[in-house]
Amino acid sequence: MWPFDRSPWPLRLERRAKPSMAMRMASSPLAAVAMVVTGFLTLSLLGTDPVAAFKVFFVEPLSSLYGLGELLLKATPLMLCALGLAPGYRANVWNIGAEGQFTIGAITGGGAALYWTPAMTHGALPLILLAGVLGGMAWAAIPAFLRSQFRTSEIFVSLMLVYIAQLLLSYLVHGPWRDPAGQNFPQSPPLPDNALLAPLFDGARVNVGFLIALALAALSWWFGHATAAGYRMRVSGLAPAAAAYAGISQRRNIWLAMLIGGGTAGLAGICEVAGPIGMLQPSISPGYGFAAIIVAFVGRLHPLGIVLASLLMSALYLGGESAQVELQLPSSVSGLFQGALLFFLLAAELLIHFRVRRT
Amino acid sequence: MSLATWVAIAASAVGAATPLVYAALGELVTERAGVLNLGVEGMMLVGAMSGFAVAVSTGSLLLGFLAAAAAGALIALLFAVLTLSLQTNQVATGLALTLFGVGLSAFAGRSFVGLPIARLPPLHIALLSELPVLGPLLFHYDLMVYLSLALCALIAWLLKRTRAGLRLRAVGEAPEIAHALGEPVTRIRYLAVLFGGAMSGIAGAYLSTALTPMWVEGMSAGRGWIALALVVFGTWKPWRVLGGAYLFGTVTVLQLYAQGLGIHVPSEFLSMLPYLATIVVLVVICRDARTILLNQPASLGRSFHPGY
Repeated sequence: MWPFDRSPWPLRLERRAKPSMAMRMASSPLAAVAMVVTGFLTLSLLGTDPVAAFKVFFVEPLSSLYGLGELLLKATPLMLCALGLAPGYRANVWNIGAEGQFTIGAITGGGAALYWTPAMTHGALPLILLAGVLGGMAWAAIPAFLRSQFRTSEIFVSLMLVYIAQLLLSYLVHGPWRDPAGQNFPQSPPLPDNALLAPLFDGARVNVGFLIALALAALSWWFGHATAAGYRMRVSGLAPAAAAYAGISQRRNIWLAMLIGGGTAGLAGICEVAGPIGMLQPSISPGYGFAAIIVAFVGRLHPLGIVLASLLMSALYLGGESAQVELQLPSSVSGLFQGALLFFLLAAELLIHFRVRRT
Repeated sequence: MSLATWVAIAASAVGAATPLVYAALGELVTERAGVLNLGVEGMMLVGAMSGFAVAVSTGSLLLGFLAAAAAGALIALLFAVLTLSLQTNQVATGLALTLFGVGLSAFAGRSFVGLPIARLPPLHIALLSELPVLGPLLFHYDLMVYLSLALCALIAWLLKRTRAGLRLRAVGEAPEIAHALGEPVTRIRYLAVLFGGAMSGIAGAYLSTALTPMWVEGMSAGRGWIALALVVFGTWKPWRVLGGAYLFGTVTVLQLYAQGLGIHVPSEFLSMLPYLATIVVLVVICRDARTILLNQPASLGRSFHPGY
């Protein structure tokens, strides 16, 4: 195929008779290796010693108990969001607005913590987390409704709602929810103690949210592989026409996919606010909802893969921060690596369905 | 509200619409060839950054726009190789392109943040620009505004009235049949994707050198996605896409004049308007299933593998 069908090209692609199982397992590790190699080539071209950069990026942030805690802490929102997105992507439902559902979850959960539960002596935290989940679900219900009712692309609607959610949060912390004692900073009062997630162990910030994420990974494996609803969603993604013929309702798939994705993203949002941040402020996410799209793909939409991929992505965030401090590289370098990782993965997936042959 | 204010609103709406016109017309050509490139936002940002960087370094806005078009086409080439030659999923690859473009432009443009630049000046046409009302309304824009209108006419004519346009549409509607008739499907799709990338790059450069003359990371603020939605809203027809872009330009600038119009709403809610409007127009256009069925290129988003 052009440009690969020209004689100067020594290689060509040939479709495999059946997809390669080995390549299916190998594609994500291959992509990660390719990304690390390209990353260090780029850095050495920019005049940074690649060995030193490797240490700063991957070794130093993880060589303390605190660092390991940070790895799990940052992996939590990525894991939660990606676990929720995966069933939808398997069913061809493209929710790319997890960032917005994350923000709304932070708003509804944070609002509950500030104005509803402060006087409660027990049971405040579950209510707050539930409020976050419901907020994310409600936000995701908008694209679900518009897609199933009017065939409006959920890609555009969910993405537009990201901007709207961020503006809503900005309005709240600049206006009605601003801390009167906050010296005019655009932030809410700190969350009361009964609304905070306790650290799992001393000397680190990782909290019970990480355990919830792991439990949800197990639950999502069960949902995808052992329930009829999960099966129906997979069939709809793999063979839409066959699914429709078999009477599988695409409308139901859309609703399920969006509500699952919105719920986990909302949970991730409130876990950030009730965890490391401890209050509402204009910016509560360094793009976790978007990075989770990459995590879902790198994890090959499989729960175990997503757990591993979110740890890798979290290491990239930590490495980016550490490189910012020690090598004066901009933190945006992690965004660059994340994008490159997804490209490499998509290219590596080619090897599942095609083999490269000499002409 | 005086007449002068209304004229000022209309004139700034045209400015706000112009980057949308470039990006949406480019994506329209790509989609008419059957390829859905969701990377417009990323390509715009790369264009905005490289256009600004080259314009500041060389002092030439022309070189800036050329560099932006080249940079947009270059990262569109990455998308083309992946989706057209390596058969990757177009939705996933387009998202990757956007995420990559956001990161790349923030990384490569970090030393240009906050630098001043002389903005693209409006034309001054003797006599015409000085006309009351009509002068500021029609004859006082920068060159790129007029160029975007000319491009819209050219693309509409090429698509509808020429052999090249017919071949492009054939590839978008029925790639298998076009292939059987001897059309180089993949090559035509490559060219359409590269054209879309160059147009998105120009759209970005217009943002960073004319509309808001500066470079900040993420400055396109969702305009790439709005441009994508405009292609659907305009039912894949150039003149309707142009009209849609001007409608959105108006919505965008109305928030700046809202106070003067006596609307007292927190600014955040006014800033939501373009995004809300995008959702509303998409619902309106998609409500009737036939509108999409009749107008959307039939092979949009599907990979084509010629086989051997």
